[in-house]
Amino acid sequence: MPDISREQVRHLADLARIELDDAELDHLAPQLSVILESVASISEVATDDVPPTSHPLPVTNVFREDVVRPSLTPEQALSGAPAVEEQRFAVPRILGDEQ
Amino acid sequence: MSTPTELVDYDEALASYDPAMGLEVHVELNTATKMFCGCPAVFGAAPNTQTCPTCLGLPGSMPAVNARAVESAIRIGLALNCEIAEWCRFARKNYFYPDMPKNFQTSQYDEPIAFDGWTDVEVVTADGTETFRVEIERAHMEEDTGKSLHVGGTTGRIHGADYSLVDYNRAGIPLIEIVTRPIVGAGDKAPAVARAYVAHLRDLIVGLGVSEARMDQGNLRADVNLSLSPAGSGTLGTRTETKNVNSFRSVERAARYEVSRQAAILRAGGSITQETRHWHEDTGVTTSGREKSDAEDYRYFPEPDLVPVAPSREWVEELRATLPEPPRARRSRLQQEWGFSDLEMRDTVGAGALGLVEETVACGASPQSARKWWLSELARRANETGTDLAALPIGPVDVARIQALVDEGKINDKLARQVFDGVLAGEGTPDEVVASRGLAVVSDDGALGEAVDRAIEANPDVAAKIRDGKVAAAGALIGAVMKEMRGQADAGRVRELIVERLS
Repeated sequence: MPDISREQVRHLADLARIELDDAELDHLAPQLSVILESVASISEVATDDVPPTSHPLPVTNVFREDVVRPSLTPEQALSGAPAVEEQRFAVPRILGDEQ
Repeated sequence: MSTPTELVDYDEALASYDPAMGLEVHVELNTATKMFCGCPAVFGAAPNTQTCPTCLGLPGSMPAVNARAVESAIRIGLALNCEIAEWCRFARKNYFYPDMPKNFQTSQYDEPIAFDGWTDVEVVTADGTETFRVEIERAHMEEDTGKSLHVGGTTGRIHGADYSLVDYNRAGIPLIEIVTRPIVGAGDKAPAVARAYVAHLRDLIVGLGVSEARMDQGNLRADVNLSLSPAGSGTLGTRTETKNVNSFRSVERAARYEVSRQAAILRAGGSITQETRHWHEDTGVTTSGREKSDAEDYRYFPEPDLVPVAPSREWVEELRATLPEPPRARRSRLQQEWGFSDLEMRDTVGAGALGLVEETVACGASPQSARKWWLSELARRANETGTDLAALPIGPVDVARIQALVDEGKINDKLARQVFDGVLAGEGTPDEVVASRGLAVVSDDGALGEAVDRAIEANPDVAAKIRDGKVAAAGALIGAVMKEMRGQADAGRVRELIVERLS
């Protein structure tokens, strides 16, 4: 498993909207490499006859009926918001980055 | 981009380049609840009144898949002649943007519930009706995002930094994203094919009853991917993805605009940037959004909080049996039932009015009267306001009622137009408009009789002709009476009164 480069960490930080300075990048890149190496050791035991698993239980089709359940009140929904305006969550604007 | 964009004339662009298009259409399902929680999925509620820990992404909350949404997804897939996955999973699409409080959207990635389909689209061109087969790559399940309201210094409403206000009522409403394979070989008709495809999809979705499919309300949203390649090269160029295209007409306009814009760049020796572009309805142009993220930037991975969806073949076949008749079969059946000529049918389909006419007929109007109102009076008004017929604030029930009022002799065609004005202006139902505007035709013999007497007195020559048996001359007197009654007289009754008096 190759080391994680500083540039890769910078890109990840951009995607995660975290600002990291050069010292932090130098500090984090080797740490992430270690984590990746540890996780990668799983691939040593997972041979071709072991299918990748996304869920520990062998069940499928767990559905909910399309029946309305009570929502939170707007007061409850907004109670954890750092800022509220017009019964909406007020958040910093991220320019030109709409999905 | 603030610099004015160079454009190449559309026909000129098509002489040198072949367009390839891909369409992504998001359909908001009309389930009672959201995709992964029991919050209501109703349009237009007060902000943040339809949220819960799950759709707000609060710690410890767990999603649960809406059975009806899965059923609708399978039915859409079947209607598009897709294969239905025997086993598929949801995936997390990770991105940080405040429209999704979880910091990921639960979607499907490499295991869509439906894939490898096709649908035949009829395109009305100057040469007649042509059929294009549009291949469907996939249809997958996902959830809608919240709605952001951008405020700040630029709008003048607030001093200081820009920020956004977010309403999460829409976050989590079930969406089906339908993705086509590249549509190639349509040449100069590509934009028309795009429009026809979206209109066709809407008819199909409405037929299935799985969504309101109103583009103006955002139930149906189209993204138009378009690229150009040198004519005859058979290659695919770099594409742009135009978002926010919210009417059939705009789908066609946005595609034409991108053809002209990209051709100008390519002809000048430039290259196309792969990016998201925004469509501006008012100015008819697209502007640069962001550079498109690579799929790997979304760090998709299987959603660990949900188990796989594995629709049994029995269930799929049960759902197949619930499909409505295919659009083409429906069109030929309706044409026969309504007795429309090929031309009338083509115009009706071309105007996107097939379903509207059908519903109007179901409400009791004759097919010809339904067609007349939607394709003349209402098409003209939709054109004036730059919207689609379905987006007009008037529905089949109203149109059928107005025609019924005409049939009952309560109003005539001329007054009917004023009733349309009133209903479109939000003055209420046709009956309310007739009452509030005082539009009923006068068939009361007292008032009409007096007007008839005055008309006879004022036109003695005409009256003499009618007395001599030339009943056809009555038209002049009817005209005089109508003028006096400002169009609100029952013409049939006026004729009877004239003949009674002069025979």
